[in-house]
Amino acid sequence: MESYANAFVVLLNFLIIPGLAYGSQLALGALGVTIIYSVLRFSNFAHGEAMSFGAMFTILTTWLFQSWGWHLGPLPTAIIALPVGCLVTVIFLLGTDKLVYQFYRKQKAAPVIYMIASVGVVFVMNGIIRFIIGPRDQSFADGARFIFTARDFKEWFGLSESLALRSTTVITIVTAIIVVAIVFWFLNKTRTGKSMRAYSDNEDLALLSGIDPDKVVRVAWIITAILATVAGTLYGLDKSYKPFTYLQLLLPIFAAAIVGGVGNPVGAIVGGLVIAFSEIAVTFAYTKVIAYTLPEFMHVDGLAQLLSTDYKFAVSFVILVVVLLIKPTGIMGGKTI
Amino acid sequence: MTERNRIPFLFVAMAVLLIIVGFLQSWSLSLAILNLCLISAIMALGVNIQWGYAGLVNFGVMGFSAVGGLMAVLISYPPVLEAWQAGGNGIMLSILLTLIAIAACVIAYRMLPAGRNRQIGLAIILAISFFVIRSVYDPAVNAIESTNAASTGFLGGFGMPIIISWAIGGLAAAGIAWVMGKITLGLRSDYLAIATLGISEIVVAVLKNEDWLNRGVKNVVGLPRPVPFEVNLQQAEWFINLSSWLGVDIVEFSSIYVKLCYSLLFVAVLLVILYLSEKALRSPWGRMMRAIRDNEVSSNAMGKNITSRHLQVFILGSAVIGIAGAMLTTLDGQFTPTSYQPLRFTFLIWVMVIVGGSGNNFGAILGGFVIWFFWVEAEPLGIWFMDVITSGMAADNPLKLHLIDSAAHMRLIVMGVVLLVVLRFSPRGLIPEKTSHGH
Repeated sequence: MESYANAFVVLLNFLIIPGLAYGSQLALGALGVTIIYSVLRFSNFAHGEAMSFGAMFTILTTWLFQSWGWHLGPLPTAIIALPVGCLVTVIFLLGTDKLVYQFYRKQKAAPVIYMIASVGVVFVMNGIIRFIIGPRDQSFADGARFIFTARDFKEWFGLSESLALRSTTVITIVTAIIVVAIVFWFLNKTRTGKSMRAYSDNEDLALLSGIDPDKVVRVAWIITAILATVAGTLYGLDKSYKPFTYLQLLLPIFAAAIVGGVGNPVGAIVGGLVIAFSEIAVTFAYTKVIAYTLPEFMHVDGLAQLLSTDYKFAVSFVILVVVLLIKPTGIMGGKTI
Repeated sequence: MTERNRIPFLFVAMAVLLIIVGFLQSWSLSLAILNLCLISAIMALGVNIQWGYAGLVNFGVMGFSAVGGLMAVLISYPPVLEAWQAGGNGIMLSILLTLIAIAACVIAYRMLPAGRNRQIGLAIILAISFFVIRSVYDPAVNAIESTNAASTGFLGGFGMPIIISWAIGGLAAAGIAWVMGKITLGLRSDYLAIATLGISEIVVAVLKNEDWLNRGVKNVVGLPRPVPFEVNLQQAEWFINLSSWLGVDIVEFSSIYVKLCYSLLFVAVLLVILYLSEKALRSPWGRMMRAIRDNEVSSNAMGKNITSRHLQVFILGSAVIGIAGAMLTTLDGQFTPTSYQPLRFTFLIWVMVIVGGSGNNFGAILGGFVIWFFWVEAEPLGIWFMDVITSGMAADNPLKLHLIDSAAHMRLIVMGVVLLVVLRFSPRGLIPEKTSHGH
């Protein structure tokens, strides 16, 4: 029995908890992509940069607060800096909409044109980020590092395997749940949220019933900016802030949005978790789990990894392709792009 | 200015810019920029074939150029016989097994009726073959990577002239494009963009991690060249005589001579591809592609098979990008997987096509030249600009130091702004597409 408990602790420590944290980050990112898709009807390639941009301003504000001696005790200072980061990103994204996308909306341009325009935005944002904070890694996490350490866990349970719970992991999951809850409440209960969903379902009908399209678009950008900033900051807190990783996150985020069903907010969450867990499960080293649960003759010497960790992008891509082939509308049913 | 004069004028202006660099900075630099301009122009032609002719969005340019680059290594590098003895059989066997597994999947797909049984059957075949192949492949890879790991540790290539790899690189990129196109072309444009972005990330991940194939991040250096080495030239009698007759420094002249040789080769390739692209664009096939691009529904009603025409043009464009990728690795003389970044290799090429003029081959070439030129020259220009605006500040002012330090990143902002401005105010680019019904 104890060996099964040990196997479970290994899984919890290296697969389930990291999967939940990574899944929440992807889900927040995918939710942003899906909202822009359902309102503006294009795949926003600048979303990764928006995450990086928001995280950058949160980091700058965190440093400012730290220099003033502001701290949140066990929580990272970044949490109080987050609203500032969100605000700057909201202003920036509304600015890009005004300067870039609004024109194409008036023209009723094809989605492809928006997509190419978003590539221009990627360049500009990437340049601004490198210009301000530089291309190097930045660390900004402070506060307590662990909720409980591996040693605490050993004392409590006396198992041979141990588990450490990092505070950033818990903060990531809790913040993601709160933010997602607020977004769903907003979309389902408020008048503006309902008009957004109506506009996304049927633009003409929504216009006929007097919904202001400019307001809907504005609100969509505001929500997206907040989601991107939160997702970017949480990712930076959990791993470390590297300006380049966000462009690479774009693939798993798109995969999450499409796997769940583009334009479907619930789908974005499900997709994020599916992608995160598959990436980690496929690149996880099962040696110890096998040793604890299977009979002696099946034990292995190596890592018992299905794929090396460097191929985690390949996992999200394969899932994406399989979903495209079998069910193009995604698991939860969305629009087909 | 009339449409007729516009193309020569713009190309002459571009040549003047390169000549100015020759006088102000150095001729060697000017030729180095020219060579990369030529390669960029070929990549832009490839994207233009896909986007300009057919409206397909390929955001995987990086992957196709990396595949071309890999072919340059595999064709030209001498085979590492020890590594072949250590694990060559294992690798060959796992390739054979992979082919058998694919064949089995195809047969199962054809034999089993659509539905749950087919999905389960395919999953079982895939799972079994995965573990069987891994059991052959892993020991072979370990054996190869541990033979002489510091200097080789990979299988090497075929030891053939590197110039052959330009064609092979194109074929390899075409093969990948065929698989990709089969999967994604039935769907709408966004999926193709996302899927190609994905495949290019995976191609680069493979190249970074499969050390037995190309040493991964340890890089392959010292590839053979299609042109003479500077050191050999400096010792050759005819070259010494030539440079003393011209009255120039032999070291600098040898570097210029080598770069000129590359330029001539690249110009030849560019002209061949341009000739073929123009022929294709003006043929009934080209008219059909543009008709499909402009109105898929009515072309379909005219009996055109849209998906297979798209597949065709996607493969052709990717092949051109693969050729350019092999040429780039040839020019560098080394293969460094970490240098493949999507901004530089995918999105910059897109800026070239949009700025030059989508749908016009001359436009794509001009875009390749102009954008690459400013991509390189943005750094000295940016530093000069920052020097000017900060000239009033003290030399150790932190803001001044930061601005000058970050000046190089300005080029990203400039490229983005140029793309957005052209897309909005002049969406047809510097050299617009010719339309026969336009005048």
